[in-house]
Amino acid sequence: MTPDTDVIVEQITLVIDGFEVTVPKGTLVIRAAEKLGIQIPRFCDHPLLDPVGACRQCLVDIEINGRAFPKPQASCTIPVEPGMIVKTQLTSPVADKAQKGVMELLLANHPLDCPVCDKGGECPLQNQAMSNGNPEMRLDGVKRTFEKPVAISSSVLLDRERCVLCARCTRFSDQIASDPFITLNERGALQQVGIYEEDPFKSYFSGNTVQICPVGALTGTSYRFRARPFDLVSTPSACEHCASGCDLRTDVRRGKTLRRLAGDDAEVNEEWNCDKGRWAFKYVTATDRLTVPQIRDESGELVTASWPEAISAAAAGLSRGAAVLVGGRATYEDAYGYSKFARVALGTNDIDFRSRISSDEEREFLAARVVNNSTTYRDIDKADHVLLVGFEPEEESPIVFLRINKQFKKRALKVTSIGSKESIAVEKLSANFICVQPGQEAAAVATQELTNKSVILVGERAAESAGLLSATAALADRTGAKLAWIPRRAGERGALAAGAIGNLLPGGRPVSDAAARVDIASLWNVDSLPSEIGRNADQIIADVNSGQISALLVGGVDPLDGPSPAGTIAALEKAFVVSLEIANSEVTKYADVILPVAAITEKSGSFLNWEGRAREFETAVDSLNRSDLRILSMIADELGHSISLGTVANAAKEIATIGNWDGASVATPSVSMASAHSVSGDQAVLTSWRRLLDLGTLQKGEENLAGTARRTVAVISPKRAAALGVVDGDLLRISNGNGWVMLAALVENIHDDAVWAPRNSAGSQLLANLGVAHNSVVTVVKA
Amino acid sequence: MTKLAPVLSAHWDEKDSFTIAAYKRHGGYTASAKALAMDPDAVIQLVKDSGLRGRGGAGFPTGMKWGFIPQGDNKDHYLVVNADESEPGTCKDTPLLMANPHVLIEGCIIAAHAIRAKHAFIYIRGEVTHVVRRMNQAIEDAYAAGYLGNGVELVLHVGAGAYICGEETALLDSLEGFRGQPRLRPPFPAIAGLYARPTVVNNVESIASVPAIVANGAEWYQSMGTEKSKGTTLYSLSGHVVNPGQFEAPLGITLREILELSGGMRKGHKLKFWTPGGSSTPLFTDEHLDVPLDYEGVAGAGSMLGTKALQIFDETTCVVRAVLRWTEFYKHESCGKCTPCREGTWWLVQILRDLEDGKGSEADLAKLLDLCDNIMGRSFCALGDGATSPITSSIKYFRDEYIAHVTNGACPFDPIASTLFEGADA
Repeated sequence: MTPDTDVIVEQITLVIDGFEVTVPKGTLVIRAAEKLGIQIPRFCDHPLLDPVGACRQCLVDIEINGRAFPKPQASCTIPVEPGMIVKTQLTSPVADKAQKGVMELLLANHPLDCPVCDKGGECPLQNQAMSNGNPEMRLDGVKRTFEKPVAISSSVLLDRERCVLCARCTRFSDQIASDPFITLNERGALQQVGIYEEDPFKSYFSGNTVQICPVGALTGTSYRFRARPFDLVSTPSACEHCASGCDLRTDVRRGKTLRRLAGDDAEVNEEWNCDKGRWAFKYVTATDRLTVPQIRDESGELVTASWPEAISAAAAGLSRGAAVLVGGRATYEDAYGYSKFARVALGTNDIDFRSRISSDEEREFLAARVVNNSTTYRDIDKADHVLLVGFEPEEESPIVFLRINKQFKKRALKVTSIGSKESIAVEKLSANFICVQPGQEAAAVATQELTNKSVILVGERAAESAGLLSATAALADRTGAKLAWIPRRAGERGALAAGAIGNLLPGGRPVSDAAARVDIASLWNVDSLPSEIGRNADQIIADVNSGQISALLVGGVDPLDGPSPAGTIAALEKAFVVSLEIANSEVTKYADVILPVAAITEKSGSFLNWEGRAREFETAVDSLNRSDLRILSMIADELGHSISLGTVANAAKEIATIGNWDGASVATPSVSMASAHSVSGDQAVLTSWRRLLDLGTLQKGEENLAGTARRTVAVISPKRAAALGVVDGDLLRISNGNGWVMLAALVENIHDDAVWAPRNSAGSQLLANLGVAHNSVVTVVKA
Repeated sequence: MTKLAPVLSAHWDEKDSFTIAAYKRHGGYTASAKALAMDPDAVIQLVKDSGLRGRGGAGFPTGMKWGFIPQGDNKDHYLVVNADESEPGTCKDTPLLMANPHVLIEGCIIAAHAIRAKHAFIYIRGEVTHVVRRMNQAIEDAYAAGYLGNGVELVLHVGAGAYICGEETALLDSLEGFRGQPRLRPPFPAIAGLYARPTVVNNVESIASVPAIVANGAEWYQSMGTEKSKGTTLYSLSGHVVNPGQFEAPLGITLREILELSGGMRKGHKLKFWTPGGSSTPLFTDEHLDVPLDYEGVAGAGSMLGTKALQIFDETTCVVRAVLRWTEFYKHESCGKCTPCREGTWWLVQILRDLEDGKGSEADLAKLLDLCDNIMGRSFCALGDGATSPITSSIKYFRDEYIAHVTNGACPFDPIASTLFEGADA
């Protein structure tokens, strides 16, 4: 574990089993021993949880300056001291017997069901019983039994008789996730993990408890009885679900992903991840996966085509003048492929990766402040104050939440959140919540007082309030605070760096800068690059609909994510659409050529997380599907403008040669805030965000996971509730000219002018239902 | 011959001994007035000088414990009185609080003053409803009389029936509203106890002994007892004796003396084994009748003074059966936090039950002893250690009796013979 701060820590030298070792003050004996390669058996101990000393498996003999402890001590609870002499099971017969004795007791009530237990083969109890246990069990009496399994949530099952009561799960939930929804109940040998009455273990981080359970007591519903660990092929991976950038391990059995585990990266996710990253991967093997190219024939029907036919049809259609829409889930290398394809093969800067509500202010902000930004998780560790702007870390980048929470728990890190509705995370972090009318965030940002040790985390939703990104940048300039932009999707930061946006070429080079264009043109072996700043996504859609653009190359875009789904669908109907997709979607419905591409587990590549840190991953599942990059290369060849990016490795090599732009940077935007909405009577200003667990396409088919999603509600303030005569649970109808949603009311801390609903949850798909999601006036009535 | 020396129990025979009027009649609440006029450090010094040691079992010097509380730290300090008396055989605090609740209240006032606490809590065992009622009335009367509420607030907190809550850190967790399980130490309660504030946790008898010390001086207290065990204490005699009850005597009295003073063993029977300080202290036998019952004397003979709960068993008692009962208690009361105690007590009961039923073997004795060795000193708190004491000590003194169960194929004792109503019909 690396220290969170740069403070120099006093070093302490001690002797363990005859070997001297020097470690920082505060190190626990068990970890000092690890440094020497001495493995002391343990169950309750976990390096990221507070010591508890419950399992007593790690007993060792300790003497300090000649004074021996009268009895063996739990090495997971004792910090090292100068002059300490530790004898582990390797050199102390007393410690060895103590450990074997504890192991025998742990096994006394543990069932011998290893052959059918998910943990069998990768079980710390099994392993340590072999390494530090007696060969024979002397208990010939009756073991404790329980009804099994108990579902503590739809995702997590509990087999109580297997539990060794180490309290790792309960401590994780309390100390790391701040979701103390599980606890130990009863006492003695009947002690057990439990939930409160009918309230299940609905934590976004519950899967970590399954991973750190040292026995098979907690198992994931989706993985239970699916595989033996030794039948799995494991591949290091990176999570594609958000921009946190978790290190993962993907476990595959006979070509099918069966589970994903959090990887260990002290700089990023430590040893944790969120439940979406862990349990949402079935979309890869969904039944509606595309496997062969299709072309729309004269009668308007999609028919199967050969690759050469499809590539030539795509090239023919795109040659009529096309723009590129690439979703925020593309890998860095694929985004680079789209970026290069747009410029080299299509001769246009009309490309935008922002398949969501966006703005030109944001595009300028990204070019000026984000593309070369170097704020990291470590800056959060060291911050004196974290300011959240248009950003809900727990919902939109869960590991960022865990990191802030860690510092909050450790040293009461000050957190301020500017928004319109208080969230659960704001409550957990005891954050100072500044409540404004949706759209008026910039005014609150402008008055913040920060220092150069503060960190501002601004989310992608900031683009939905005019002037907010400008004000945030100005705040950073005025105070010296570090600024970071945290998008939701895993590919956005990489797509930005790859230049999959109209105003930037790869490496943050401004399209408007002639030297920058020359730079990239020479790299790409072309005479020149288009010099006009490209159209943004909204403009592209509008210009398709007005007939100025005739074709669209679309990769991984959901029209329902954009500001005007109806307009996007009209454009898709009108234009010649080449769709690169993994599964049937709203886009393939209207596409003229459909080219199936590889899903994330089927290819290698990388993402840049919100820090800009490369998160590389290898192919986990063999398949015949090709990456977007490969297909784009084939179309480019057909168009006669080769982009020479046949493989991910080629693209990565080429990207590595680019380097960051050292010329003049783009000016930071200075857009003013719009005036406040004036609302009266039943009118309210809508605000929303996406929940971590919702109707997102990558969560398709994950029913167990969906069972732990938060309730779909419409939130109004007590004042509005009183005016409407509404109490919690009453139905509210939120409507505008485009449509309506009907949701159960929840009366909470929200701006009196505002109404909140989840953006993309069951029964509340705001962009589809209302055409707006934030900063727009709607009517709220009791249904 | 040591004589009884009733101090705490001096007026228990008076019908109204529990009332504030009776307490004041005998000089009650003058000691607190005297202490409140003293510098708090002087009170701590006085208690240190008296040699008073904790009466809850461990015998830690009370004054020294008070001295551990950091002063001038601008934090709230708390006094917590452990009245969760739950050990089998231990029955001194309950009669003390029934007969004279005000002496504890006055002790709290003095101790709170000494450690600069504004709040004191009495954590009382939930089952003793009658004591809870009496204590509540006494607190109400003390508030009405102005002894409480002028600088010290006193709260009576009723436990919910867990032996583990007598362990001081589990008690603090329970008092805070959590499940009672022992806390990891350090930090010790003196640094971060109740609500993470410096806290003194004392036994009822320890605090109740303070008013007399303040009233009569350290020298007076020092004059009683033995070299390192000063003062008087309550010895709780129970079991196969003619007159069970509380016998207050200077520390160092022997069981032989107490039996003589109290009327001896049940007629026609002789002493077989006894506990010096409750069921978690290793057993003694008739060899130990002359062991001085002070901290050092009992420890020197291989046991612990504990709570001075003298449970007396005569020759009609099956030691295996008695030990099984105690072990069942520990299994029931193990909090479950640590492996050795949780799993060990579960297993010990099974082996002991087989032995008592005559289904065991001689190898089971070795297994029992080895299990005890794996529990003793390996557990998180003293509950696990205590659970092994009756087993190891009984095997040490009565191995043959265990073997007799094995060879007999059944318990060789008539359980009726050991009941107190045996012979009542005759």
